[in-house]
Amino acid sequence: MTELLASPLFGISLTLLVYHLAEHLYRRTRFILFNPVAMSIFSIIVLLKVLDIPYADYNNGGRMILFLLGPSVVALALPLYQRRQEILKRKLPILLGILAGAISSIISAAGIAWLLGGSHEVVLSLVPKSVTTPIAIGIVEKIGGIVPLTAALVVLTGCLGAICGPEFCRVIGIRSSAATGLAVGTASHGIGTARLLGEDRFAGAIAGLAIGLNGLATALIVPLLWLLFELF
Amino acid sequence: MLQGLVLLLVFQFVGEGLSSWFGLPIPGNVIGMALMLLALVRGWVKVEWLQDAAELLLSYMALFFVPAGVGVMLYFDLIGREWLPIVAGTLLSTFVVMAVTGWTEKLLDRAEGADD
Repeated sequence: MTELLASPLFGISLTLLVYHLAEHLYRRTRFILFNPVAMSIFSIIVLLKVLDIPYADYNNGGRMILFLLGPSVVALALPLYQRRQEILKRKLPILLGILAGAISSIISAAGIAWLLGGSHEVVLSLVPKSVTTPIAIGIVEKIGGIVPLTAALVVLTGCLGAICGPEFCRVIGIRSSAATGLAVGTASHGIGTARLLGEDRFAGAIAGLAIGLNGLATALIVPLLWLLFELF
Repeated sequence: MLQGLVLLLVFQFVGEGLSSWFGLPIPGNVIGMALMLLALVRGWVKVEWLQDAAELLLSYMALFFVPAGVGVMLYFDLIGREWLPIVAGTLLSTFVVMAVTGWTEKLLDRAEGADD
């Protein structure tokens, strides 16, 4: 039995089954807290904890599913290419929006954690939370935060954007696909983007662009900000 | 379908290669995306070659994040130790970023009416 649980078959079947059920539930209810990604992550964690199955066993299959994320990111080039005219028409708003988002992310995440009494390492770990995982890890390693904590917070941020990003945008008066896609992609990277792709291809394409550019902007801004902090 | 998958994987491979070779701060798959965009614009890759595979992967992209998310379970202790600054900082800041980014785009975007 334990061998079977450690085989990739277990992690793959469990993930697909749970995701399938979660998606079904979301389609039936349209209740935002039943977001398929967040719901699947939550259910699988509960299941593994209750049945006392180690994450390492689950991940033998899990990492095979995760592998497909790589080519999916490359595939984001397709909607970007197809909507290139609409994107080029807005290049300045898009670039400045991402830049403003990157700066506000660094300052607000670190600032709020610091105000609430977070320790030095924790405050630093929050800095790249809106950036896609591989870039976030690179940044946090350089500034001296806790790498696994950052990895977990990136997922949390992504789930939040996927659960209520588009709804939040509507509430604060952001209605166009371009602005919604940019806001959700910049704030909550791939997980937020994945939700948009299922609902609004153009918003999803812009969000995909925002993942790459926000990652780049944050990676460049963080060392500059640190230099400023050192000076004053 | 297979043709598209091969192209996506080859571009990712080249992206990963460039990222590690030059020690770039950008992950290989994002570089792969940029290269693929360039190839499409230049006409080196045709949309039809890519379409089936790309559409399939994009429609399931959310699923591919699940295993990474489950990994959070390893760090519950770490988050629990300083949960207030961690959780409040993460959640509030996410809303701040969405508002700042979205409003900046809205303010500067004169073409906005086009897709409303």
